[in-house]
This record gives sequence, C-alpha cells and structure tokens, in this order.
Amino acid sequence: MNDIFYLAWRYISFNRFKTLTLVTCIALILFLPLALKMLLMKSEQQLMSRAVSTPLLLGARGNSLDLVMNSLYFADERPDSIKMQSVEDIYHSGMALPIPLYARFKSGDHPIVGTSLDYFDFRQLELSSGRLFAMLGECVIGAEVAERLGLSTGDKILSSPENLFDLAGVYPLKMTITGILKKSYSVDDKSVFVDLKTAWVIQGLGHGHQDVNTITDNETLLNRNKNSVTTSAKIKQYTEIDGNNLDSFHFHGNPSIYPLTAIIAVPTENKSATILRGRYLSSEQTEQLVRPQDVISDLLNTIFKMKSFIDAVVFIVALAMLLAICLVFSLSYRLRKNEINTIFHLGCSQGTVIQLIAAEISIILLFSAGLCALGLLALQHVQSGIVLRLFVS
Amino acid sequence: MISVNNLSFSYPTQGFSLRIPELSIQQSEKVAIIGPSGAGKTSLLKLLAGILVPQQGKISIDDVGIHQLSDAQRRDFRISRIGIIFQDFELMEYLNTRDNILHPFRISRALKLNASVRNRCDELADELGIADKLKQLSQSLSQGEKQRVAICRAMLPEPDVILADEATGNLDPANKSKILDALFRSVEKRDATLIAVTHDHELLDRFDRVIDFKQFYQQAASA
Repeated sequence: MNDIFYLAWRYISFNRFKTLTLVTCIALILFLPLALKMLLMKSEQQLMSRAVSTPLLLGARGNSLDLVMNSLYFADERPDSIKMQSVEDIYHSGMALPIPLYARFKSGDHPIVGTSLDYFDFRQLELSSGRLFAMLGECVIGAEVAERLGLSTGDKILSSPENLFDLAGVYPLKMTITGILKKSYSVDDKSVFVDLKTAWVIQGLGHGHQDVNTITDNETLLNRNKNSVTTSAKIKQYTEIDGNNLDSFHFHGNPSIYPLTAIIAVPTENKSATILRGRYLSSEQTEQLVRPQDVISDLLNTIFKMKSFIDAVVFIVALAMLLAICLVFSLSYRLRKNEINTIFHLGCSQGTVIQLIAAEISIILLFSAGLCALGLLALQHVQSGIVLRLFVS
Repeated sequence: MISVNNLSFSYPTQGFSLRIPELSIQQSEKVAIIGPSGAGKTSLLKLLAGILVPQQGKISIDDVGIHQLSDAQRRDFRISRIGIIFQDFELMEYLNTRDNILHPFRISRALKLNASVRNRCDELADELGIADKLKQLSQSLSQGEKQRVAICRAMLPEPDVILADEATGNLDPANKSKILDALFRSVEKRDATLIAVTHDHELLDRFDRVIDFKQFYQQAASA
C-alpha cells in the first residue's frame, strides 16, 4: 500500500498546479457550508447568550431590534432617548433593579457606555487591573480596547466628536482610565465604560470652566452685576476633569429629564416581570419594555429562513463544482489512458490501478479537508469579530 | 524454450487473423520478427506476454502453458518472467529514472522491492550508462536515455524472455546501434531470450534468427 501511495504522491506532486486547483475547489465546497453553519451557530450562541442574560429592557417606543442591538451590543443604531426619570420609576416600583445605559458616544471605534456600577455586577465583569470609576471623568476600558490601543491604568482616552463639521459641538473629553476589565469575549471587551454623568458631560449637558468670579479680563467678562455674570465664548472650558477643576463641573437643568438610551430592568421575581411588562403595554406609552430574548429569537428566525435559501444556493453551486471536478478527473484519466495501458501491459492488475486512482483522490481529498479545516480554524479565531461586525455595527 | 502450436488469433472487430502452426524459440536465442505493418507481429508479442489470449492453440514458455493460466496468473507470470520494451518507451513522466526502473516492483505483489533490488537497479543503470540520470525526471532525458531506462525497467526483474516492440524505432542511427549493443549485452549477461519486432533491416545480421511474418498473416476473408 505504501508503494501505491508513493506513486500517487509522485503523480500529484508532479501535477502541482492541477492538484492545487482541485484541492482549492474541493476545500471551498467543503468550507462554504461549514463556515456558514459555524458563523450562524456562533451568531445564535453569541446573540442569544447576551439576550437571555438580559431579562427586560426599557427604551423608547419604536424599533425594538434597534433598541436591543444598541443596548446589548452597543451597536450604531441609536434608539430615541428616554428620560432619567424612568430609572427612578422602576426603582420605586420595587419590582426590578434598573441599570441605566447611555450608549451614544464613541472613542475612536469603541463605544462609550454611560452606566452605573451595577452593570459590572450584572454582567459579572471583573477587573484585571485598577479599580472601577469613582469620579467624574474616569473610565474603565474593555480588555480588547486596552490591547488594541496599548493602554493601561492611568492613561488617558479621548471621546470622539459626534460630527466633525459641528463647529458649535462640545469638545472631546479626555478621560482617565482607572481600570481594565478581564476578557469576557463579548462586546464589553471593546467598550469604554463611564459614569452616566461623565456621558452627559461628553454630550455637553454638564461642563466645567474657569471660575467666573475671578475673571478680570475685559474681553472674557462681558457684564457683572449683583445677580449674574455674563462672559464671552472666550471663557476657558475644561476638556479634562482632574482634582483641581472637578468642583467647577456642574449640570444645567433638571437631571430627571437627562437622556438615556435604555434601562436594563432586572426583576426581583417572575411575577414582578409580568406586572412590569403590563405597565408598558398601553399604546399611549412613549416607552416600551421588551424581552431581548424574544427580539433576538425573531431576528434569528429570519436569519435561519435566509440560511435555508443560502444552503440551497450553496448546494447547487457545490453540485455544479463537483460535477466539474468529476469531469476534470474523468478527462484526466482519459488523457492517462496510455499510461494506464502501459502499467496493465507491465503486469499491473485492474485492482491496483483502481487503488492508484483511489490513492490519488484520497490524497487530494485529504489536502482539501486539511485546507478546509485550516480555514475553519482561522474562522474560529475571528468569528466573534465577524458576528459582531455582521449584526452589530 | 518458447513453443507455439496451432495458434489462432483474431480481433473480433477487425478483419485480421493470425495463424501460426508451429514456432519454437530456444533459450538465449535472439530472434528478430519482421513483416509488413498489420501482419500481427505486435499481436504475437502480446500473445507471448499473456496480454492477449488465443482463440485456439498453445503457447508455452519453459513448459508453462500461458494459454491455460488465469488472468491473475498471467499478470504475475508476465511481470516476473517477461520483460517488455515499448517503441515509445512508455515511461511515467512524473517519476524520476530510478522510480521508473523500479516501477514494476511497486505495481505488483509478484515482485518484492527490497535493498538488493535497489542495488541491482543502480548496477543496471551503471551498466547502461545512465547512473548519473537516476534522479532526473524522465521528461528531461534524451530519446536514447529514455530507451535505456526502458531496458533497465524490463531487465530489473531478471526475466527469462525480453519482448522488444520496435525498440529502436524512435531513435537516430547512431543511437540505434548503441541501444542495441546495450540490449544485447544485457540479454547475453542474463542468458535471456530476446524476441524483437523490427522494421530495421540493417540490424537483422546481429540476430541469431529472423522470422518473416508474411507467412502467418491472413486477411479474415481468406482465413
């Protein structure tokens, strides 16, 4: 048998280009449906696990998928905002623990998520170094952010302006990294977490500037009387919060109407969840309370319906490719008719010729399977990223 | 000794019939077979090799009745007792010279590939002047070198009979003589019988006997 495989190997290695083409084609036929299945399984697992672990989600009435994708995966789709008052309402109902989320801003490619410290317990996120944020202007970053940007605790990270062409927009905020999270293999790894108030500072709802009582410069100080001080835009706005200017930061307006993108509601018991859901069923409500699991299930159902269609397409393409490969093999053996006749004449049996051909096909299939396995291994390494990119960004 | 008695063979779809009442070739004899194209010279070689089976008659090589053997027995007999040299060399282009010479040992269980066979392969290659070509692919060899490789392949199993079908047909005159010298030397050294089909009348003097096939050839209609 060794001799048969040796001869088959010599033939295959002599016809490198033909072999490589065949191996690539067969590997692709094997790879495509398997990769698709793998990606869909990963999508289901990744999307569902986070959805299942998030019992209820309160957000503005509208597209529930946008709400879930933004709140669970910090996707770019931004649902309408709800008011901070809703957190108080849920809290005072005693039926659930509210965890506010404000996922609107970014630092480069990474979402900045304004939330409370409860979020870290809820998602069971642990620190690999440093501590959680405690002060305005502090942040905690995911493991992948730290790795990608080469950041460690004590370093600074800037928020990105929402619109480059908005000249009247707020300045980017330079935040201090107080902690780095352990890898959780979720979107949290790619995120920057701040206190809600810091998120509102990024938005411009809160700000800090030089003390107006100490300004003497006439170009900056426009008017001062007993009740008020008026300054020009020349007044120095702080773009970084530290111990020296922390006290100068303040918020204008009523905090109960400050915006949030969603609230994760963790019910105290099943009954509370049902009652709470009932409260948001009225069509007059401007908010909706959804079960992320239901929303993601609907999304996955649609994806799986599409998968059946894609499977059919892949099957037809694979069948056509297989027929082409069979044709290549049969033409190849027709071209090798003289060679096969010669070895028959030398004294080789038909069985041995079949073994030779089978050995050649086996080696090609083995290489194809190997190439396919390599592709799947590579895909396994990047599949989380692909899934997030496919469904989240 | 090879003996053929009352042999009759015809292809089912061709108007051709070969009849040989009696033919015997002695051990170590070097016989040339001549005759017009289509006279059945190559068919006789195939019948002697057991590739074709006669409709009637007997073919014996050293008292073994080839016509009585089963397919598998004929194959084993052929690969171990008969060496075949083709006009077009019929080397495997994907194998190097050494692997081409060793090829029969890799495709049949009747032959065992071991260290002594490998040594004999090197000696034979040296004897035929292709020792330095053993690692080269057959496609990079000259016509003369290819035929030397084919001779080595035929001689390596140490057969009793060598069947050469137009072995010098594709070679230039200078190479023809050299190849025939090499073939004769190799055959004589091993005391083998050589039966060579040839159209080259200049070479006939070098054979012990010449058989003209005109006498055996008949059109089907007249057969």
